[in-house]
Amino acid sequence: MNFDTNLIVSIMPELARAFGVTLLTWGVGVIGAAILGFLVAVGRRYGSAWLGYPLWLCVEVIRGTPFLIQLFLLYYGGPFVGLSLEPIPAGLLGLTVYGAAYFSEIFRAGFEAVPPGHVEAAECVGLNRRQIVRRILIPEMTMLVLPASVNMAIILLKETAVLSIITVPELTLVISAIGSQQYAFVESLFLLALFYWGLVELSGRLGRYMEARLSKYRFATA
Amino acid sequence: MTTPAISVKGLIKRFGEAEVLHGIDLDIPQGQVTCLIGPSGSGKSTLLRCMAFLEEATDGLIFINGEPLGFAPGPQGKPVRLPAARIRAVRSQIGMVFQQFNLWPHMTALGNVSEALKTVHGVRKNEAEERAMIQLKKVGLAERAGHYPSQLSGGQQQRVAIARALALEPKIMLFDEPTSSLDPELTGEVLNVMRSLAADGMTMVVVSHEIGFAAAVCQQIAFLDHGKLLMTGTPQQIFGKPRHPRLDQFLDTYLDRGAAMLV
Ligand SMILES: Nc1ncnc2c1ncn2[C@@H]1O[C@H](COP(=O)(O)OP(=O)(O)OP(=O)(O)O)[C@@H](O)[C@H]1O
Ligand SMILES: [Mg+2]
Repeated sequence: MNFDTNLIVSIMPELARAFGVTLLTWGVGVIGAAILGFLVAVGRRYGSAWLGYPLWLCVEVIRGTPFLIQLFLLYYGGPFVGLSLEPIPAGLLGLTVYGAAYFSEIFRAGFEAVPPGHVEAAECVGLNRRQIVRRILIPEMTMLVLPASVNMAIILLKETAVLSIITVPELTLVISAIGSQQYAFVESLFLLALFYWGLVELSGRLGRYMEARLSKYRFATA
Repeated sequence: MTTPAISVKGLIKRFGEAEVLHGIDLDIPQGQVTCLIGPSGSGKSTLLRCMAFLEEATDGLIFINGEPLGFAPGPQGKPVRLPAARIRAVRSQIGMVFQQFNLWPHMTALGNVSEALKTVHGVRKNEAEERAMIQLKKVGLAERAGHYPSQLSGGQQQRVAIARALALEPKIMLFDEPTSSLDPELTGEVLNVMRSLAADGMTMVVVSHEIGFAAAVCQQIAFLDHGKLLMTGTPQQIFGKPRHPRLDQFLDTYLDRGAAMLV
Protein backbone atom coordinates (compact mmCIF):
# COMPACT_ATOMS: atom_id res chain seq x y z
CA MET A 1 0.00 0.00 0.00
CA ASN A 2 1.45 3.31 -1.10
CA PHE A 3 0.21 6.39 0.72
CA ASP A 4 0.08 9.74 -1.02
CA THR A 5 0.53 12.25 1.81
CA ASN A 6 0.51 15.26 -0.53
CA LEU A 7 -2.97 14.31 -1.59
CA ILE A 8 -4.16 14.27 2.01
CA VAL A 9 -2.69 17.73 2.65
CA SER A 10 -4.24 19.18 -0.50
CA ILE A 11 -7.74 18.06 0.44
CA MET A 12 -7.50 19.29 4.02
CA PRO A 13 -9.80 22.35 3.69
CA GLU A 14 -12.52 20.28 2.11
CA LEU A 15 -12.11 17.66 4.78
CA ALA A 16 -12.33 20.23 7.54
CA ARG A 17 -15.65 21.47 6.19
CA ALA A 18 -17.00 17.92 5.93
CA PHE A 19 -15.80 17.19 9.42
CA GLY A 20 -17.70 20.25 10.60
CA VAL A 21 -20.90 19.03 8.93
CA THR A 22 -20.52 15.62 10.57
CA LEU A 23 -19.96 17.19 13.98
CA LEU A 24 -22.90 19.54 13.49
CA THR A 25 -25.38 16.89 12.37
CA TRP A 26 -24.19 14.60 15.12
CA GLY A 27 -24.31 17.21 17.88
CA VAL A 28 -27.66 18.67 16.88
CA GLY A 29 -29.02 15.20 16.16
CA VAL A 30 -28.03 13.81 19.57
CA ILE A 31 -29.35 16.81 21.50
CA GLY A 32 -32.57 16.89 19.47
CA ALA A 33 -33.02 13.14 19.83
CA ALA A 34 -32.44 13.25 23.59
CA ILE A 35 -34.93 16.08 24.08
CA LEU A 36 -37.58 14.56 21.82
CA GLY A 37 -36.97 11.13 23.33
CA PHE A 38 -37.40 12.56 26.82
CA LEU A 39 -40.69 14.20 25.86
CA VAL A 40 -41.92 10.94 24.33
CA ALA A 41 -40.96 9.04 27.48
CA VAL A 42 -42.80 11.57 29.67
CA GLY A 43 -45.81 11.49 27.35
CA ARG A 44 -45.95 7.73 27.51
CA ARG A 45 -45.55 7.69 31.28
CA TYR A 46 -47.85 10.49 32.34
CA GLY A 47 -50.05 11.07 29.27
CA SER A 48 -53.38 9.44 28.53
CA ALA A 49 -53.72 6.25 26.50
CA TRP A 50 -54.71 8.43 23.51
CA LEU A 51 -51.23 9.86 23.52
CA GLY A 52 -49.45 6.76 24.72
CA TYR A 53 -50.65 4.34 22.06
CA PRO A 54 -49.63 6.39 18.97
CA LEU A 55 -46.30 7.17 20.62
CA TRP A 56 -45.72 3.50 21.30
CA LEU A 57 -46.52 2.69 17.66
CA CYS A 58 -44.13 5.36 16.32
CA VAL A 59 -41.32 4.13 18.55
CA GLU A 60 -41.86 0.53 17.49
CA VAL A 61 -41.99 1.36 13.77
CA ILE A 62 -38.87 3.50 13.91
CA ARG A 63 -36.95 0.94 15.90
CA GLY A 64 -38.14 -1.80 13.61
CA THR A 65 -37.00 -0.32 10.29
CA PRO A 66 -33.54 0.56 8.91
CA PHE A 67 -32.44 4.17 9.22
CA LEU A 68 -31.44 4.16 5.55
CA ILE A 69 -35.01 3.49 4.45
CA GLN A 70 -36.47 6.06 6.86
CA LEU A 71 -34.14 8.65 5.45
CA PHE A 72 -34.97 7.76 1.84
CA LEU A 73 -38.66 8.01 2.60
CA LEU A 74 -38.24 11.36 4.34
CA TYR A 75 -36.07 12.93 1.64
CA TYR A 76 -37.47 11.46 -1.55
CA GLY A 77 -40.97 10.68 -0.33
CA GLY A 78 -41.45 13.85 1.75
CA PRO A 79 -42.20 16.13 -1.24
CA PHE A 80 -45.23 13.95 -2.12
CA VAL A 81 -46.83 14.94 1.18
CA GLY A 82 -45.64 18.54 0.98
CA LEU A 83 -42.47 18.12 3.01
CA SER A 84 -39.60 19.30 0.80
CA LEU A 85 -36.43 19.66 2.82
CA GLU A 86 -32.87 20.53 1.90
CA PRO A 87 -30.41 17.69 2.56
CA ILE A 88 -29.05 18.99 5.86
CA PRO A 89 -32.43 19.77 7.50
CA ALA A 90 -33.78 16.48 6.23
CA GLY A 91 -30.76 14.67 7.64
CA LEU A 92 -31.10 16.44 11.00
CA LEU A 93 -34.81 15.67 11.21
CA GLY A 94 -34.26 12.04 10.25
CA LEU A 95 -31.44 11.57 12.74
CA THR A 96 -33.40 13.29 15.51
CA VAL A 97 -36.52 11.20 15.04
CA TYR A 98 -34.53 7.99 14.67
CA GLY A 99 -32.46 8.68 17.78
CA ALA A 100 -35.49 9.86 19.76
CA ALA A 101 -37.15 6.46 19.40
CA TYR A 102 -34.17 4.82 21.07
CA PHE A 103 -33.65 7.59 23.63
CA SER A 104 -37.31 7.35 24.66
CA GLU A 105 -36.79 3.70 25.52
CA ILE A 106 -33.63 4.51 27.48
CA PHE A 107 -35.50 7.17 29.46
CA ARG A 108 -38.51 4.92 29.99
CA ALA A 109 -36.27 2.29 31.54
CA GLY A 110 -34.60 5.07 33.54
CA PHE A 111 -37.90 6.25 34.98
CA GLU A 112 -38.74 2.70 35.94
CA ALA A 113 -35.39 2.16 37.62
CA VAL A 114 -35.93 4.99 40.11
CA PRO A 115 -37.12 3.24 43.29
CA PRO A 116 -40.78 4.08 44.04
CA GLY A 117 -39.77 4.77 47.64
CA HIS A 118 -37.73 7.80 46.52
CA VAL A 119 -40.89 9.24 45.00
CA GLU A 120 -42.97 8.35 48.05
CA ALA A 121 -40.45 10.07 50.30
CA ALA A 122 -40.85 13.19 48.16
CA GLU A 123 -44.65 12.98 48.33
CA CYS A 124 -44.43 12.67 52.10
CA VAL A 125 -42.54 15.95 52.42
CA GLY A 126 -45.06 17.67 50.17
CA LEU A 127 -43.47 17.84 46.71
CA ASN A 128 -46.09 17.89 43.97
CA ARG A 129 -45.96 15.86 40.77
CA ARG A 130 -44.05 18.49 38.79
CA GLN A 131 -41.52 19.10 41.56
CA ILE A 132 -40.95 15.36 41.89
CA VAL A 133 -40.20 15.02 38.18
CA ARG A 134 -37.88 18.03 38.20
CA ARG A 135 -36.09 17.55 41.50
CA ILE A 136 -36.04 13.76 41.97
CA LEU A 137 -36.83 11.76 38.84
CA ILE A 138 -34.80 13.65 36.25
CA PRO A 139 -31.58 13.88 38.30
CA GLU A 140 -31.76 10.26 39.45
CA MET A 141 -32.60 9.11 35.96
CA THR A 142 -29.70 11.02 34.46
CA MET A 143 -27.23 8.89 36.37
CA LEU A 144 -29.04 5.69 35.55
CA VAL A 145 -29.23 6.38 31.81
CA LEU A 146 -25.80 7.90 31.32
CA PRO A 147 -23.99 4.75 30.09
CA ALA A 148 -26.79 3.82 27.68
CA SER A 149 -27.01 7.42 26.44
CA VAL A 150 -23.30 7.63 25.67
CA ASN A 151 -23.65 4.39 23.77
CA MET A 152 -26.58 5.77 21.82
CA ALA A 153 -24.68 8.95 20.99
CA ILE A 154 -21.87 6.82 19.57
CA ILE A 155 -24.30 4.82 17.47
CA LEU A 156 -25.78 8.05 16.13
CA LEU A 157 -22.32 9.30 15.21
CA LYS A 158 -21.83 6.28 13.03
CA GLU A 159 -25.33 6.69 11.59
CA THR A 160 -24.42 10.17 10.33
CA ALA A 161 -22.52 8.35 7.58
CA VAL A 162 -25.89 7.27 6.22
CA LEU A 163 -26.77 10.93 5.57
CA SER A 164 -24.40 10.75 2.59
CA ILE A 165 -27.09 8.99 0.58
CA ILE A 166 -29.28 12.10 0.66
CA THR A 167 -26.23 14.18 -0.37
CA VAL A 168 -25.50 15.80 2.99
CA PRO A 169 -21.87 16.96 2.49
CA GLU A 170 -20.51 15.18 5.54
CA LEU A 171 -17.33 13.16 5.93
CA THR A 172 -18.41 9.96 4.24
CA LEU A 173 -19.81 11.70 1.16
CA VAL A 174 -16.88 14.06 0.75
CA ILE A 175 -14.16 11.53 1.40
CA SER A 176 -15.59 8.86 -0.85
CA ALA A 177 -16.09 11.45 -3.60
CA ILE A 178 -12.45 12.48 -3.30
CA GLY A 179 -11.50 8.83 -3.28
CA SER A 180 -13.20 8.10 -6.56
CA GLN A 181 -11.96 11.29 -8.24
CA GLN A 182 -8.38 10.58 -7.29
CA TYR A 183 -8.53 6.82 -7.59
CA ALA A 184 -7.42 6.65 -3.96
CA PHE A 185 -10.06 4.46 -2.39
CA VAL A 186 -7.86 2.82 0.18
CA GLU A 187 -6.38 6.07 1.49
CA SER A 188 -9.77 7.73 1.71
CA LEU A 189 -11.50 4.86 3.40
CA PHE A 190 -8.64 4.47 5.82
CA LEU A 191 -8.84 8.15 6.69
CA LEU A 192 -12.59 7.91 7.10
CA ALA A 193 -12.37 4.99 9.48
CA LEU A 194 -9.72 6.85 11.46
CA PHE A 195 -11.95 9.90 11.83
CA TYR A 196 -14.90 7.95 13.12
CA TRP A 197 -12.85 5.79 15.40
CA GLY A 198 -11.13 8.84 16.88
CA LEU A 199 -14.46 10.50 17.59
CA VAL A 200 -15.94 7.35 19.08
CA GLU A 201 -12.92 6.86 21.31
CA LEU A 202 -13.10 10.47 22.44
CA SER A 203 -16.80 10.36 23.29
CA GLY A 204 -16.37 7.05 25.07
CA ARG A 205 -13.71 8.61 27.25
CA LEU A 206 -15.85 11.66 27.92
CA GLY A 207 -18.69 9.35 28.95
CA ARG A 208 -16.51 7.40 31.35
CA TYR A 209 -15.16 10.63 32.81
CA MET A 210 -18.70 11.88 33.43
CA GLU A 211 -19.68 8.58 35.02
CA ALA A 212 -16.70 8.79 37.36
CA ARG A 213 -17.58 12.37 38.27
CA LEU A 214 -21.15 11.35 39.06
CA SER A 215 -20.25 8.20 40.96
CA LYS A 216 -20.70 9.78 44.37
CA TYR A 217 -24.38 10.20 43.47
CA ARG A 218 -24.77 6.48 42.99
CA PHE A 219 -27.49 4.65 44.85
CA ALA A 220 -26.60 4.01 48.45
CA THR A 221 -26.75 0.64 50.09
CA ALA A 222 -27.59 -0.06 53.68
CA MET B 1 -60.68 14.00 76.50
CA THR B 2 -58.33 15.52 73.91
CA THR B 3 -58.63 14.69 70.23
CA PRO B 4 -56.46 11.73 69.27
CA ALA B 5 -53.46 12.55 67.07
CA ILE B 6 -54.69 9.95 64.63
CA SER B 7 -58.08 8.31 64.64
CA VAL B 8 -58.66 5.36 62.31
CA LYS B 9 -62.31 4.44 61.85
CA GLY B 10 -63.54 1.29 60.14
CA LEU B 11 -60.55 1.19 57.80
CA ILE B 12 -60.86 -1.38 55.03
CA LYS B 13 -58.12 -1.85 52.45
CA ARG B 14 -58.29 -4.12 49.43
CA PHE B 15 -55.63 -4.76 46.82
CA GLY B 16 -57.76 -5.93 43.92
CA GLU B 17 -59.77 -8.83 45.30
CA ALA B 18 -57.65 -9.37 48.37
CA GLU B 19 -58.80 -7.59 51.51
CA VAL B 20 -55.77 -7.01 53.72
CA LEU B 21 -57.31 -4.75 56.40
CA HIS B 22 -60.74 -5.75 57.63
CA GLY B 23 -62.15 -2.74 59.41
CA ILE B 24 -59.52 -1.27 61.72
CA ASP B 25 -60.49 1.07 64.56
CA LEU B 26 -57.55 2.61 66.34
CA ASP B 27 -56.78 5.85 68.17
CA ILE B 28 -53.23 7.16 68.45
CA PRO B 29 -53.03 9.32 71.61
CA GLN B 30 -51.23 12.68 71.54
CA GLY B 31 -47.63 12.74 72.67
CA GLN B 32 -47.33 8.99 73.03
CA VAL B 33 -45.51 6.24 71.21
CA THR B 34 -47.67 3.52 69.71
CA CYS B 35 -46.09 0.34 68.41
CA LEU B 36 -47.72 -1.79 65.77
CA ILE B 37 -46.64 -5.39 66.07
CA GLY B 38 -47.78 -8.53 64.33
CA PRO B 39 -46.64 -11.35 62.07
CA SER B 40 -45.35 -10.74 58.56
CA GLY B 41 -48.14 -10.00 56.12
CA SER B 42 -50.60 -9.01 58.84
CA GLY B 43 -51.02 -5.54 57.32
CA LYS B 44 -48.83 -3.35 59.56
CA SER B 45 -47.16 -1.51 56.70
CA THR B 46 -50.43 -1.10 54.85
CA LEU B 47 -52.08 0.44 57.92
CA LEU B 48 -49.16 2.81 58.44
CA ARG B 49 -49.08 3.75 54.75
CA CYS B 50 -52.78 4.54 54.91
CA MET B 51 -52.05 6.89 57.82
CA ALA B 52 -49.47 8.67 55.60
CA PHE B 53 -51.92 8.65 52.67
CA LEU B 54 -49.44 6.65 50.61
CA GLU B 55 -52.25 4.15 50.19
CA GLU B 56 -55.87 5.16 49.80
CA ALA B 57 -58.33 3.35 52.02
CA THR B 58 -60.98 1.31 50.22
CA ASP B 59 -63.45 2.31 52.92
CA GLY B 60 -63.38 3.94 56.31
CA LEU B 61 -61.88 7.22 57.47
CA ILE B 62 -58.71 8.55 59.04
CA PHE B 63 -58.57 11.76 61.06
CA ILE B 64 -55.37 13.64 61.80
CA ASN B 65 -55.85 15.84 64.86
CA GLY B 66 -59.56 15.74 64.13
CA GLU B 67 -59.27 16.67 60.45
CA PRO B 68 -60.15 14.09 57.79
CA LEU B 69 -57.19 12.80 55.77
CA GLY B 70 -57.88 12.36 52.07
CA PHE B 71 -61.54 11.49 52.42
CA ALA B 72 -64.27 13.15 54.46
CA PRO B 73 -67.56 11.63 55.62
CA GLY B 74 -70.01 11.94 52.71
CA PRO B 75 -73.77 12.55 52.80
CA GLN B 76 -74.66 8.88 52.19
CA GLY B 77 -72.03 7.59 54.57
CA LYS B 78 -69.69 6.95 51.63
CA PRO B 79 -66.36 8.81 52.02
CA VAL B 80 -65.77 11.62 49.50
CA ARG B 81 -62.36 12.68 48.28
CA LEU B 82 -61.04 16.05 49.45
CA PRO B 83 -59.29 18.55 47.15
CA ALA B 84 -55.53 18.09 46.67
CA ALA B 85 -54.55 21.26 48.56
CA ARG B 86 -56.60 20.14 51.56
CA ILE B 87 -54.98 16.71 51.45
CA ARG B 88 -51.50 18.24 51.35
CA ALA B 89 -52.28 20.52 54.29
CA VAL B 90 -53.43 17.67 56.53
CA ARG B 91 -50.65 15.42 55.34
CA SER B 92 -48.01 18.01 56.19
CA GLN B 93 -48.60 17.23 59.87
CA ILE B 94 -47.12 13.80 59.30
CA GLY B 95 -43.50 12.73 58.88
CA MET B 96 -42.69 9.31 57.50
CA VAL B 97 -39.59 7.15 57.90
CA PHE B 98 -39.13 4.09 55.70
CA GLN B 99 -37.39 0.79 56.17
CA GLN B 100 -35.27 1.47 53.07
CA PHE B 101 -34.43 5.07 54.15
CA ASN B 102 -35.23 6.36 50.64
CA LEU B 103 -32.75 9.20 50.71
CA TRP B 104 -32.27 10.92 47.37
CA PRO B 105 -28.85 9.80 46.14
CA HIS B 106 -28.01 12.96 44.20
CA MET B 107 -28.29 15.25 47.23
CA THR B 108 -26.05 15.54 50.26
CA ALA B 109 -27.41 14.88 53.74
CA LEU B 110 -27.98 18.62 54.05
CA GLY B 111 -29.62 18.71 50.61
CA ASN B 112 -31.98 15.88 51.54
CA VAL B 113 -33.05 17.59 54.74
CA SER B 114 -33.42 21.09 53.27
CA GLU B 115 -35.04 20.08 49.96
CA ALA B 116 -38.70 20.37 50.92
CA LEU B 117 -38.13 23.63 52.81
CA LYS B 118 -36.67 25.14 49.64
CA THR B 119 -38.86 23.55 46.98
CA VAL B 120 -42.20 23.32 48.75
CA HIS B 121 -42.10 26.11 51.30
CA GLY B 122 -39.99 28.61 49.38
CA VAL B 123 -37.55 29.10 52.25
CA ARG B 124 -34.33 30.79 51.05
CA LYS B 125 -31.36 28.46 50.63
CA ASN B 126 -29.35 29.88 53.55
CA GLU B 127 -32.19 29.73 55.99
CA ALA B 128 -33.32 26.30 54.81
CA GLU B 129 -29.83 24.94 55.32
CA GLU B 130 -29.58 26.52 58.76
CA ARG B 131 -32.83 24.87 59.74
CA ALA B 132 -31.67 21.58 58.22
CA MET B 133 -28.44 21.77 60.22
CA ILE B 134 -30.44 22.02 63.44
CA GLN B 135 -32.16 18.75 62.57
CA LEU B 136 -28.89 17.06 61.56
CA LYS B 137 -27.43 18.09 64.93
CA LYS B 138 -30.43 16.58 66.65
CA VAL B 139 -29.68 13.20 65.05
CA GLY B 140 -25.95 13.61 65.72
CA LEU B 141 -24.84 14.04 62.11
CA ALA B 142 -23.90 17.71 61.82
CA GLU B 143 -20.39 16.81 60.71
CA ARG B 144 -21.73 14.57 57.93
CA ALA B 145 -23.87 17.30 56.36
CA GLY B 146 -21.85 17.35 53.14
CA HIS B 147 -21.83 13.60 52.61
CA TYR B 148 -23.89 11.87 49.94
CA PRO B 149 -26.04 8.88 50.93
CA SER B 150 -23.59 6.51 49.23
CA GLN B 151 -20.93 7.82 51.62
CA LEU B 152 -22.99 7.12 54.78
CA SER B 153 -23.59 3.94 56.74
CA GLY B 154 -27.10 2.54 56.92
CA GLY B 155 -27.64 3.85 60.43
CA GLN B 156 -26.46 7.31 59.38
CA GLN B 157 -28.71 7.25 56.33
CA GLN B 158 -31.69 6.40 58.49
CA ARG B 159 -30.87 9.23 60.90
CA VAL B 160 -30.67 11.63 57.95
CA ALA B 161 -34.06 10.33 56.83
CA ILE B 162 -35.44 11.07 60.30
CA ALA B 163 -33.94 14.58 60.15
CA ARG B 164 -35.50 15.08 56.71
CA ALA B 165 -38.93 14.30 58.13
CA LEU B 166 -38.36 16.43 61.24
CA ALA B 167 -37.29 19.48 59.21
CA LEU B 168 -40.92 20.13 58.29
CA GLU B 169 -41.89 20.14 61.97
CA PRO B 170 -44.52 17.42 61.76
CA LYS B 171 -46.83 16.77 64.70
CA ILE B 172 -46.74 13.02 64.16
CA MET B 173 -43.92 10.71 63.07
CA LEU B 174 -44.57 7.35 61.43
CA PHE B 175 -41.84 4.71 61.27
CA ASP B 176 -42.08 1.54 59.19
CA GLU B 177 -39.53 -0.94 60.51
CA PRO B 178 -36.86 1.76 60.71
CA THR B 179 -34.14 -0.63 61.85
CA SER B 180 -34.98 -3.81 59.95
CA SER B 181 -32.38 -3.31 57.25
CA LEU B 182 -29.63 -2.39 59.70
CA ASP B 183 -26.93 -4.41 61.40
CA PRO B 184 -27.48 -4.83 65.14
CA GLU B 185 -24.70 -2.31 65.98
CA LEU B 186 -26.35 0.33 63.82
CA THR B 187 -29.82 -0.38 65.14
CA GLY B 188 -28.95 1.14 68.50
CA GLU B 189 -28.04 4.57 67.15
CA VAL B 190 -31.36 4.86 65.32
CA LEU B 191 -33.37 3.62 68.31
CA ASN B 192 -31.57 6.19 70.48
CA VAL B 193 -32.67 9.01 68.19
CA MET B 194 -36.21 7.67 68.36
CA ARG B 195 -36.05 7.45 72.15
CA SER B 196 -35.01 11.07 72.44
CA LEU B 197 -37.80 12.10 70.08
CA ALA B 198 -40.24 10.22 72.27
CA ALA B 199 -38.80 11.92 75.35
CA ASP B 200 -39.45 15.29 73.67
CA GLY B 201 -43.12 14.35 73.50
CA MET B 202 -43.40 13.58 69.77
CA THR B 203 -46.43 11.52 68.83
CA MET B 204 -45.06 8.42 67.14
CA VAL B 205 -46.39 5.30 65.47
CA VAL B 206 -43.74 2.64 65.03
CA VAL B 207 -44.00 -0.62 63.16
CA SER B 208 -41.25 -2.63 64.71
CA HIS B 209 -39.95 -6.10 65.25
CA GLU B 210 -37.87 -4.75 68.13
CA ILE B 211 -40.03 -6.16 70.89
CA GLY B 212 -37.61 -4.83 73.49
CA PHE B 213 -37.99 -1.30 72.15
CA ALA B 214 -41.74 -1.74 72.00
CA ALA B 215 -41.91 -2.85 75.61
CA ALA B 216 -39.56 -0.13 76.88
CA VAL B 217 -40.54 2.97 74.91
CA CYS B 218 -44.16 2.53 73.79
CA GLN B 219 -47.10 3.63 75.89
CA GLN B 220 -49.48 1.75 73.63
CA ILE B 221 -49.10 -1.46 71.69
CA ALA B 222 -51.42 -2.63 68.94
CA PHE B 223 -51.24 -6.24 67.83
CA LEU B 224 -52.32 -6.88 64.28
CA ASP B 225 -53.04 -10.34 62.91
CA HIS B 226 -54.41 -11.20 59.47
CA GLY B 227 -55.64 -7.68 58.86
CA LYS B 228 -57.49 -7.43 62.19
CA LEU B 229 -56.54 -5.54 65.29
CA LEU B 230 -56.54 -8.34 67.87
CA MET B 231 -55.74 -6.17 70.86
CA THR B 232 -54.46 -2.78 71.96
CA GLY B 233 -53.16 -1.81 75.35
CA THR B 234 -50.18 -0.83 77.44
CA PRO B 235 -47.08 -3.04 77.25
CA GLN B 236 -48.06 -4.49 80.65
CA GLN B 237 -51.53 -5.38 79.40
CA ILE B 238 -50.20 -6.85 76.14
CA PHE B 239 -47.10 -8.67 77.30
CA GLY B 240 -48.26 -9.55 80.84
CA LYS B 241 -50.07 -12.79 81.53
CA PRO B 242 -52.58 -14.10 80.68
CA ARG B 243 -51.82 -13.55 77.00
CA HIS B 244 -53.90 -13.93 73.91
CA PRO B 245 -52.92 -17.31 72.37
CA ARG B 246 -52.07 -15.74 68.98
CA LEU B 247 -49.80 -13.21 70.68
CA ASP B 248 -48.14 -15.98 72.64
CA GLN B 249 -47.49 -17.84 69.41
CA PHE B 250 -46.14 -14.67 67.78
CA LEU B 251 -43.83 -13.91 70.70
CA ASP B 252 -42.63 -17.51 70.75
CA THR B 253 -41.34 -17.27 67.21
CA TYR B 254 -39.40 -14.18 68.32
CA LEU B 255 -37.95 -15.89 71.36
CA ASP B 256 -37.01 -18.84 69.16
CA ARG B 257 -35.36 -16.55 66.71
CA GLY B 258 -33.53 -14.70 69.48
CA ALA B 259 -32.37 -17.96 70.99
CA ALA B 260 -31.22 -19.15 67.58
CA MET B 261 -29.10 -16.03 67.25
CA LEU B 262 -27.43 -16.67 70.60
CA VAL B 263 -26.39 -20.20 69.69
N1 LIG C 1 -49.25 -3.05 46.70
C1 LIG C 1 -49.78 -4.24 47.06
N2 LIG C 1 -50.47 -4.97 46.16
C2 LIG C 1 -51.02 -6.15 46.51
N3 LIG C 1 -50.93 -6.69 47.72
C3 LIG C 1 -50.26 -6.02 48.66
C4 LIG C 1 -49.64 -4.76 48.38
N4 LIG C 1 -49.03 -4.33 49.51
C5 LIG C 1 -49.26 -5.28 50.44
N5 LIG C 1 -49.99 -6.28 49.94
C6 LIG C 1 -50.45 -7.48 50.69
O1 LIG C 1 -51.09 -7.03 51.85
C7 LIG C 1 -50.80 -7.87 52.95
C8 LIG C 1 -50.26 -7.05 54.09
O2 LIG C 1 -49.00 -6.54 53.71
P1 LIG C 1 -48.15 -5.58 54.63
O3 LIG C 1 -46.96 -5.19 53.86
O4 LIG C 1 -49.02 -4.50 55.15
O5 LIG C 1 -47.74 -6.57 55.81
P2 LIG C 1 -46.76 -6.31 57.03
O6 LIG C 1 -47.51 -6.62 58.26
O7 LIG C 1 -46.14 -4.95 56.93
O8 LIG C 1 -45.66 -7.43 56.80
P3 LIG C 1 -44.08 -7.38 57.05
O9 LIG C 1 -43.89 -7.60 58.53
O10 LIG C 1 -43.57 -8.55 56.26
O11 LIG C 1 -43.58 -6.09 56.58
C9 LIG C 1 -49.83 -8.91 52.45
O12 LIG C 1 -50.54 -10.10 52.20
C10 LIG C 1 -49.30 -8.33 51.17
O13 LIG C 1 -49.00 -9.35 50.26
MG1 LIG D 1 -44.17 -4.23 56.49
